[in-house]
Amino acid sequence: MNADRLALLLWLAASAASAQGFAGLGTEAEGFAIPSPEAALTFPADHGPHPDFRIEWWYLTANLSDANGTDYGIQWTLFRSALAPFEADGWDSPQIWLGNAGLTTPEAHFAAERLARGGIGQAGVTTAPFEAWIDDWHMTSTAPSGDPLDSLSLAANGEGFAYDLTLQATRPLVPQGIDGYSVKSPEGQASYYYSQPFYEIEGTLSLPSGPVEVTGQGWLDREYSSQPLSETQDGWDWISLHLDGGEKLMGFRLRDREGAPFTSATWIAADGTPTPYPNGALTMTPLETTDVNGAPIPTQWQIDLPAQSLSLRLDALNPNSWMDLTFPYWEGPVTISGSHTGKGYLEMTGYTAP
Amino acid sequence: MRRAALAALVSHWRRQPLQFFTLIAGLALATALWSAVQAINAEARRSYAAAEGMLGLGSYETLADPAGRMPLETFARLRRAGWQVSPVLEGRALLGNQRIELLGLDFISAPQANLPGNPQLRETLSPNEIFLPPGIAFVAPDTQRALRDIAGLPHLIADTSLPPGRLVTDIAVADRILEAGGGIDSLILLKGAPDGTPGALAPQLQRFDRQSQGEISRLTDSFHLNLTAFGLLSFAVGLFIVHGTIGLAFEQRRPVFRTLRAVGLPLRELLGLLMAEIILLALLAGGLGILLGYLIAAALLPDVAATLRGLYGASIPGSLAFDPGWAASGLGVALIGALVAATHGLNSIRKMPLLASARPRAWAVASTASLRRQALAGLVLLLAGIAAPILADGLLAGFALMGGLLLGAALLLPLVLGAALSAGAALARGPVAQWFWADTRQQLPGLSLALMSLLLALATNVGVSTMVSSFRLTFTGWLDQRLVSQLYVTAPSEAEGERLRAWLAPRAEAILPIWKVDTPLYGTPGEIYGIVDHQVYRSHWPLLASSDTPWEDFYAGRGTLINEQLAYREDLSPGDSVTLGPGWTLPVSAIYSDYGNPAGQAIVHLPLLLTQHPEVPRLRHGILTEDPEGLARALHEEFGLPRANLIDNGSLKAISLQIFERTFTVTGALNVLTLSVAGFAILTALLTLSSMRLPQLAPPWALGLTRAQLARLETLRSLALAALTFALALPTGLVLAWSLLAVVNVEAFGWRLPMFLFPAQWLWLLALSLIAALLAAYLPVRRLARTDPSQFLKVFADER
Amino acid sequence: MLIDARDLTKTFTTADGKLPVLNGISLQLQPGETLALTGESGSGKSTLLHLLAALDTPDSGTIRHQDDDITSGNDTSRAAVRRNRIGLVFQQFNLIPSLDIAANLAFQARLAGRYDADWCAVLSQRLGLSELLSRYPEQLSGGQQQRVAIGRALAPRPPVLLADEPTGNLDEATADSVLEMMLELVDETGAGLLMVTHSTRLAGRLSRRLHLSQGRVA
Repeated sequence: MNADRLALLLWLAASAASAQGFAGLGTEAEGFAIPSPEAALTFPADHGPHPDFRIEWWYLTANLSDANGTDYGIQWTLFRSALAPFEADGWDSPQIWLGNAGLTTPEAHFAAERLARGGIGQAGVTTAPFEAWIDDWHMTSTAPSGDPLDSLSLAANGEGFAYDLTLQATRPLVPQGIDGYSVKSPEGQASYYYSQPFYEIEGTLSLPSGPVEVTGQGWLDREYSSQPLSETQDGWDWISLHLDGGEKLMGFRLRDREGAPFTSATWIAADGTPTPYPNGALTMTPLETTDVNGAPIPTQWQIDLPAQSLSLRLDALNPNSWMDLTFPYWEGPVTISGSHTGKGYLEMTGYTAP
Repeated sequence: MRRAALAALVSHWRRQPLQFFTLIAGLALATALWSAVQAINAEARRSYAAAEGMLGLGSYETLADPAGRMPLETFARLRRAGWQVSPVLEGRALLGNQRIELLGLDFISAPQANLPGNPQLRETLSPNEIFLPPGIAFVAPDTQRALRDIAGLPHLIADTSLPPGRLVTDIAVADRILEAGGGIDSLILLKGAPDGTPGALAPQLQRFDRQSQGEISRLTDSFHLNLTAFGLLSFAVGLFIVHGTIGLAFEQRRPVFRTLRAVGLPLRELLGLLMAEIILLALLAGGLGILLGYLIAAALLPDVAATLRGLYGASIPGSLAFDPGWAASGLGVALIGALVAATHGLNSIRKMPLLASARPRAWAVASTASLRRQALAGLVLLLAGIAAPILADGLLAGFALMGGLLLGAALLLPLVLGAALSAGAALARGPVAQWFWADTRQQLPGLSLALMSLLLALATNVGVSTMVSSFRLTFTGWLDQRLVSQLYVTAPSEAEGERLRAWLAPRAEAILPIWKVDTPLYGTPGEIYGIVDHQVYRSHWPLLASSDTPWEDFYAGRGTLINEQLAYREDLSPGDSVTLGPGWTLPVSAIYSDYGNPAGQAIVHLPLLLTQHPEVPRLRHGILTEDPEGLARALHEEFGLPRANLIDNGSLKAISLQIFERTFTVTGALNVLTLSVAGFAILTALLTLSSMRLPQLAPPWALGLTRAQLARLETLRSLALAALTFALALPTGLVLAWSLLAVVNVEAFGWRLPMFLFPAQWLWLLALSLIAALLAAYLPVRRLARTDPSQFLKVFADER
Repeated sequence: MLIDARDLTKTFTTADGKLPVLNGISLQLQPGETLALTGESGSGKSTLLHLLAALDTPDSGTIRHQDDDITSGNDTSRAAVRRNRIGLVFQQFNLIPSLDIAANLAFQARLAGRYDADWCAVLSQRLGLSELLSRYPEQLSGGQQQRVAIGRALAPRPPVLLADEPTGNLDEATADSVLEMMLELVDETGAGLLMVTHSTRLAGRLSRRLHLSQGRVA
């Protein structure tokens, strides 16, 4: 991790992030577009960037294992953050791109980040052909036809690790919320949100001990908005679970400083049919915490979705899956037990030392 | 007891206010010069450190296209290929009437430690302020004030760590101001970047060590060494003064000391009291000196700043910050100086027998043997100094030569003066003349320290002023030769350059392209110019050495011209081969002088340069014309060229000369200060001696000389000593000048200057030193002329 | 008459007020006469000698050297009197330290323009200084230095020799021999001698004696 750049990023984010929620997400949306329940998503156009929205990401997690059955997890994320609701060529672009990459083993956790501004070609997303990149990290469509996200090549690297994977989707894209309009607070803050949770993956992880051939399943989240968090929300707990029966569960809990958490869930049947659940249907209960970076962070969870007779326990593969980056957070693979078994990913933000 | 003793000791100063004044003034002057120089050095070093820290020049290598800026795509391409690099855009801009050096860093990818402003300051800035127009920029407070009312600039934030005239900002802002169109000057190689060059990814990029800054510090080192030498010199001179006054104060109080001892004050306590007194005096004088030094430094700093900027392109602010560091060093030096000066006195008191006669003895009597030893030491120093440049290279050897020369000459001075005075005595006819010479010689030991300091000051003066004047003469002549064109025009772009040439062709006598590439020569930053075939070069270019047919070879593409710096550094002579790039060597057809340029330089025939470096930016042109003003006006109207792009010969010359004048203002000021300190040293020494002169003057007076006669003789004595000292200082100074011009200059700058002699200056200096001696002798002589006969008679009286 | 001094008074101003030193003294010295001036410490004998030697001026009274009034002159004329008419010998010898013995011996004679090499040779021989001529004062004993001082005073053949305790710094044997030489040479040159001394024994060797007490002739 480059300490110099960490400080720079802190500087960049200081005014927004320190006062108003995580990563500047809880800020006003002046001049930016606001998600509307009426607007339908269109593909492949919406795979590309939406400069008029303040924040957007291409977020991929994968649960992998090698021939010996050792579990691994990887994360590949490209964030776009707009200072103004437009894109321009050259240095004058108001778009800032941030890449995060992680690789988790039962014993170790690696994290890296990249930063770039838009307009100059160092980072960006194109739709035809589809490619999302920052520096030499990339997520590139290899689909000869159909949706560009159906097959992807994915690579990233950082100090001590690298990965190079191919992804093949086995089902169509899944809209979250109501046709991709995902409500994020009782006051109605919302985002556009869709996923591709049905990736079969194979490829190579490079670790300090050498390369490891892995296979597994992946989950891509696409989300963009201008104000996903309300004023009093200061973090979230988010899960994406691959159940052994082929079903998927997306759920999140937005913690509120002044009231009950806001939860949301989407149950995705093995055939890809989504069932969204409103606030309160899902409960997420921390069972155990681990001291990470000076703060207690829940690394064992009880997940209940009574509507689907779901009662799960999540255990972190590596409780120290701390992304020690400019915007630090916890992100790592979990194993599932209880009413169902399987693997998944857990992301927790806004846990800071007191 | 102790209080009474202290009162007895201190009462001396009340009765001798002049002595008190000289003691304090001497020490204060010495401390002042020392701390002024330290303050200037500290300020300059701080600025370099800030500049270096900001650019991270020590720790980062760079990639750059020797032919000029690279397009933005190159940066993105390298990043996408995994090269961790950060772009830098540099340039000069005329903002209002301020010439500003812009440094544009990509605030997103640049190493954070090298960004301006402190973290607290930056936390108050939002990303919107930084990255959305008009953006922000960091500048020195002075520059912020200067740019305050100029419209269209980014929001300026004062940063004291920045040198004046520099503006550091995000690359987007720099790009807008410089209209660089996405061009990038260089790419900083960040941690984790690959070794080597990007090869096929960006074949035009070469890898550069960040040593140009080291180059600057090497060059400026010589300047600071110079200043430090001056500081030390004046401190040495100041020490002479302090030694004199403290010695006198001890000597005159011997009866008091003896009485105090006799009535039972233990020796240890007496020494302790004296030590305390000296420390107190040193602190008082040191404090005054630091204050004075601060004022001197503050007065000189703008010139120093101008010098460093003009000569080396190193920027330091023109205002001085008070730094407790050099203040403490000044005080410490004052303390140590006073203690060293007092050692002799304290030692003699320690050895003073309790019952010896209370009559003051001549406190500064040196035996012939010790004079010889001193002269021998001087000779050794002199020889060592001369040997230094023969045995070793480098600036230090040059300064060893100067140091050995000056100190050696100073140490030899008493012996040489003694010999001269003996010769005078041998030639003397009358008894008065005989006595005059003999007595002058006898006084020599007491005056020698002061005379040595005069010698140092005079020799330095002769040396430095000879150097400066030689420099000015050479430089002016050289400028006349070198600035062959009447008008210099810089096109804003290549296309404009093309249009400009076409437009000028029918309107100017000749258009001389001044196209160059920046490319390393022998591993250090260098430049290669291409020039066209024109008579004006043949007749004007200042060649120092050349082959038989330099221009014929040159224009046939069989030779290159190189500057003296490159020739000196790589030991090249006409006929040798010089390597101008990979696989590109040419014979040296001539070497030309190139004052004021730290970099190595070569000139080739333009077609040759275009073959080797087709990418050379074709922007600058020299224009031969009868009417530079009219043409400049027309160019301004036709092409909208800003004034900064149109410089006429006259103003260029004026600017260059101004830079060099200011370069030596500091030297001149220090010169004068040192000379005055030396004059002060003579005054103190004469005052000191005059109070002991009565026993020597009483017998001739009793035997029939009048007081007026004696006073005249005393004046003459002072003048004679000053004149004799000058006689020795002159050759010393000339050798010093030679070593400055031929050794130190070559080592520091890579060019050698011819030495010119300025006898009128010497006469002026002689007059100055005689006036100093006269002034110094005035007080004691006036006192002598007015001495009551009873004072003389006391010498003869029984009861003393 | 070599010296004719009349009604001399001299008062010094000290921190404790005015201190009268001479209260109307008159004194004459004839050619060939040797006069001893004796008295207690502070009786004014040295002051009187200084006045007679034109080293200092009286507050009132007149001093004539061979009929010329020296009290009315200026600094220059007094220096001329010292140079041309007087030989001076002091207790502290007061040789010129930067000159060698030969030069010291000849100094006043040359200053007065009456240098006589033969006479100087005679003097140095008679005073036993021939071997010491190239030495410097600091290298000589007290007796030797005083002999140089006497030679220096006599070298211009002054009409008057004034001596202030010339043997005061010497031991008795040396003092006697030095005084002997001085008297002999004074006798030979025919000069008048006025010698200040506190020693009755030495005073007895001179032709006349004047005793001072409290600034008056007793």
